[in-house]
Amino acid sequence: MEKKDQKVLDEILESHGCSQTAVIGIMQDIQKVYRYLPEEMLCYMAEKLHLSEAKVYGVATFYENFSLEPKGKYVIKICDGTACHVRQSTAILTEIRSLLGVTEEKPTTEDMMFTVETVSCLGACGLAPVCTVNDVVHPAMTPEKARALIQELKEGLGAGEEAADEN
Amino acid sequence: MKKYMIIDGERIEFTDEKNILAVIRKAGIILPTFCYYSDLSIYGACRMCVVEDQWGGIIASCSTPPKDGMEIRTNTPQLYYHRKRILELLLAAHCRDCTTCEKNGKCKLQELATRFGIPGVRFENTNPIRPIDTSSKAIVRNPNKCILCGDCVRVCSEIQHVGAIDFAHRGSKMEISTAFGRDIADTNCVSCGQCAAVCPTGAITIKRDSHDVWEAIHNPDKRVVVQIAPAVRVAIGEAYGYEPGENTIGKLVASLRKLGVDAIFDTSVGADLTIMEESEELLEALEEKDRKYPLFTSCCPGWIRFVETQYPHMMKYVSTSKSPMEMFGAVIKEYYRKQDKKEGKETVSVAIMPCTAKKFEASREEFKRKGVPDVDYVLTSAEVITMLQEIGIRFDRLEPEAYDMPFSIYSGAGVIFGATGGVTEAAVRRVIADKSPKALKEIEFIGVRGMEGVKVCQFALGERQIRIGIVSGLGNADNLLQKIESGEEHFDFVEVMACPGGCVAGAGQPFARSTEKRMRAEGLYKNDKALQIKRSEENPLVETLYGDLLKNREHELLHVDYMHESD
Repeated sequence: MEKKDQKVLDEILESHGCSQTAVIGIMQDIQKVYRYLPEEMLCYMAEKLHLSEAKVYGVATFYENFSLEPKGKYVIKICDGTACHVRQSTAILTEIRSLLGVTEEKPTTEDMMFTVETVSCLGACGLAPVCTVNDVVHPAMTPEKARALIQELKEGLGAGEEAADEN
Repeated sequence: MKKYMIIDGERIEFTDEKNILAVIRKAGIILPTFCYYSDLSIYGACRMCVVEDQWGGIIASCSTPPKDGMEIRTNTPQLYYHRKRILELLLAAHCRDCTTCEKNGKCKLQELATRFGIPGVRFENTNPIRPIDTSSKAIVRNPNKCILCGDCVRVCSEIQHVGAIDFAHRGSKMEISTAFGRDIADTNCVSCGQCAAVCPTGAITIKRDSHDVWEAIHNPDKRVVVQIAPAVRVAIGEAYGYEPGENTIGKLVASLRKLGVDAIFDTSVGADLTIMEESEELLEALEEKDRKYPLFTSCCPGWIRFVETQYPHMMKYVSTSKSPMEMFGAVIKEYYRKQDKKEGKETVSVAIMPCTAKKFEASREEFKRKGVPDVDYVLTSAEVITMLQEIGIRFDRLEPEAYDMPFSIYSGAGVIFGATGGVTEAAVRRVIADKSPKALKEIEFIGVRGMEGVKVCQFALGERQIRIGIVSGLGNADNLLQKIESGEEHFDFVEVMACPGGCVAGAGQPFARSTEKRMRAEGLYKNDKALQIKRSEENPLVETLYGDLLKNREHELLHVDYMHESD
């Protein structure tokens, strides 16, 4: 683990009082920063909290929301709850997956830009079918709108990167 | 006032039973269980012990405390249905290669399937076949045979404070896993094998080395030399109907000769050497003016691994004396060196141990000289029982036989190593100046004996009071270490055995509960009583060895530098 990452983690641990009962909160905070739970961070936190690595791993794998795999810059969540499902969310999922070349087993693109996941309900059934991109809700999706959304994200990405290069 | 429960219409008195399962057992009914062990916390996962209350509700008896006037039934159509279904579903998700399973005949799932007469399984096993983890020297993990009772997880974390394995994932994907699914050998597992001892199925078993030993026995160019640990003699007879604690060493020696090994010795000789070295270290440690921490014993390989992984900074306070097995292993290899050369033979050193961690110890680089291990193979008591069964030896009908020369003389001090507190008692016998029989008897009563997990005792050495801590079970060791580090406790000497109760309760022994473990320890003390030589330094063999084979080589043959490896 790099020094600066350790500092980030130390601060997170400190903010939770280094308490065993805050395991989930600490993991949520780590994931907020890194978009996943890096192995060495979980080992470090196990040591600091006096928990076994196996126990921490158990907690991290229990919750669907925690990821042990690095995620792309844009995390696209496609709702497959009942309301979205009956309004054809599967077609949107298939479209996005094929556009990005990802699958259920391999949800992240090679360039680490996109991760595609399904969720069971986003609680926005009135807007079905929905998807979110980094927690921004996109309502009443169709495969066409999905295509446009991906296009937009890809372009924005290019522009963003150029801007970064100029800096 | 007396308290009663009504079980199947019958009044049963209860006192301080912590759950109704225990009260039901009192009523003479043994309910089926997978996940219930009285030494561990209550988990209530298997649901086999369910009972019906007076309103028809179904409750798990293991996790319900008894109440006065409580009325329950253990045998109703509903319960019959549930238990059978649970068992059928467990069997459905289980690989059923029973005849070739390591646990064949000793499996709890198999036993309950027999008890319930399950006629067939209607469901398909939809679990993917998962790889078997053979990375450890001590245990084999086969997740396909796991029923998720969690006994291994709880013994590993609650009793041993190791926590190498835990539940991972959830629902139908749940499994017992190491952190990040690593190989068990790459974790902080100490190889104590207690998980295998409590596993009701073949999901965690002890690795077998008997095949390699058979090969060595069958090879005429190999000289198979066996050493037998003290704790084995008081447990191995249990497989043949002897009482726990009954010393059957003579029969074991006779059986091993029939098996075809070339020489049989007693590890107690190694224990005598250990006491000579370790007590010397203790006297030196007592001289050190600003020594902060006690001298810790080093006989138990599970404990060594525990310190290495969890308290690496304490390693320098652990005795550098090798374990009795390794000391004796080195002596055996040295003793036969010339003879091997002359006869064109190769000596294969085999140790029969109550322990699974010894398998790991024997494989450690520190115990190899020029790439050759001092102990080639470690067999557990249970493995030896299987080997004897393979060739059909009737252990109980054999006339007892004696050990081979020259390593057949050992002291009672060496024998009691197998019980918690034994190493301490042997060391105290060595260091105190008063060698009278009365003084010897007195040592028994300073608090070294007994199966308690933590014992503290004190004795006078010259003007000084020596304070000793004796712990068995790594969880107890962990708690004691924390107290020592915080300054709450101070000791001069601390004996640690990884298995609760000491080596007699090792995971390589036939399965035992606390009563049997205690009887085995008593058996060792009885053996000690019957021996003429009580103290390690009185063993004439020890003197001969120091004057000859070990001369100027004590450091090489009797000491180990674990620190060196970790650098």
